[in-house]
Amino acid sequence: MSHAEQAVPQGSVLRYNFKERLTHWITAVSYGYLLMTGLAFWSPWLFWMAVILGGGQVSRMLHPWVGLIFAVCVLIMFGMWATQMHVDENDKNWFKSVGYYVRNEDEQMPPAGRYNAGQKSLFWGFVVCMVLLLLSGLVLWSPQYFAWHSLIAMRIAILIHVLSALLTIGLFLIHVYMGVFAERGALDSMVHGDVSMHFVKRYHPGWYEEITGQTASPKK
Amino acid sequence: MSQATLRVQKISGHAGSVPGHDAQREFTVCKLIDTTTCIGCKACEVACMEWNDLPFGETVFDNTYQTMPETRWNYWNLILFNEHEKEDGSLMWLMRKNQCMHCAEPGCLAACPADGAIVQYTNGIVDFQQANCIGCGYCITGCPFDIPKMNPKTHRVFKCTLCSDRVSEGLEPACIKSCPTGCLHFGSKEDMLKLAKDRATQLREHYDFPQAGVYDPAGVGGTGVVYVLHDASKPELYGGLPADPHIPWSVRLWKGPLKWLGNAAMIGGLIGLAVHYLRFGPKEREETIKEPHEGAEP
Repeated sequence: MSHAEQAVPQGSVLRYNFKERLTHWITAVSYGYLLMTGLAFWSPWLFWMAVILGGGQVSRMLHPWVGLIFAVCVLIMFGMWATQMHVDENDKNWFKSVGYYVRNEDEQMPPAGRYNAGQKSLFWGFVVCMVLLLLSGLVLWSPQYFAWHSLIAMRIAILIHVLSALLTIGLFLIHVYMGVFAERGALDSMVHGDVSMHFVKRYHPGWYEEITGQTASPKK
Repeated sequence: MSQATLRVQKISGHAGSVPGHDAQREFTVCKLIDTTTCIGCKACEVACMEWNDLPFGETVFDNTYQTMPETRWNYWNLILFNEHEKEDGSLMWLMRKNQCMHCAEPGCLAACPADGAIVQYTNGIVDFQQANCIGCGYCITGCPFDIPKMNPKTHRVFKCTLCSDRVSEGLEPACIKSCPTGCLHFGSKEDMLKLAKDRATQLREHYDFPQAGVYDPAGVGGTGVVYVLHDASKPELYGGLPADPHIPWSVRLWKGPLKWLGNAAMIGGLIGLAVHYLRFGPKEREETIKEPHEGAEP
């Protein structure tokens, strides 16, 4: 790996360099804001979110701008990670065995590379949803110029915006659950950058082989 | 309003009926526009601007008598001038005063996400409360008549209020007061519908308008503005008045099934993840990987 500029503890390897971590956290904060203000516009029961974030008017004004920040960050992530996210035959097998993954029987899983098929799906899901949200959001941004010349566009844009936002919420919940609760060491790697070789060996055997030249799995 | 809310409806330990009950008629207000007697003088347009203190806006000339192509955030009342060629080749003016229809089931209100930005009074008037408006423009997509318009500077949406300020004081809307031909009427929905139907009957029986009728579309639960049309079978002739307006399907889908599915998915997802954590817990720490359990299947 070429990101060897950062010193990591003994027995660890750098998984996310500074640029990757910074981009991730800017995306995370902007997504959090978009999620809260978006949910406020989604349901009257959640309108209080807009109120605590400065009121409905402020939320409506900032939501599109923060959306642009989010879109740019996802675009940067696309540039950084797209080459590592190619879905291959192994990923299809991974999904066939996803039941073992859900039951934490990771030794039964086909060996994943630097990113497993679930992580790749999350990546592509967010990229596609970002594009849909961006395009529909641009239509909805300035109804005073857009609306009465293209009501149909606005009506469809709302549906696309809602559907793709709901999809990102599903991805977001799984992502946060996996990163913070299920996979210990994952959150740490996004904060400090490094993961232990044990972690790599167990969850990303393909990547382990790539960086050490040794085979990761004694089983199978 | 405060007097109305303090009117006694039920009463304890009282022999006989509630005093004063049914003494006052509860009604929905309605504006009747008889397009057959409109002369296109635009007095209503001027009265609307004057009473509502709307700022001056530039007019647009496009070879008709129409003031501008469509209503604006600061021009709520616009007579649409349509030159209609009859079957015998002769010309006929179809003039329709266009403004908010004050639907009984308002699409703008259904689409609005801002708390209290759109209200419907008990008298049927649909009113925008600009102080609560967040400027998202969703109401614009909810309206089947393309009425709400946004002020590009303040990002607030405006439309005809049916002069709710005048009506609350017992006055008729400004446009009604200004009409010189009596083509505009104001009163209870019941009375206006009767007047409109009588006029339509008159047009059918005594004039050459066999298709004359009343426009009070059921798709939006009826409207607080009803028209008498020369030809009620073709409302589109009057500047695109929709024959069967509904709250747009996109808004119904988004505020109906999609909302419930989305909420169920979000809450279900949260519960599912919590249950997963309780059942399976976190993935094992790599340092403490145990050998496969005796019971584990090969």
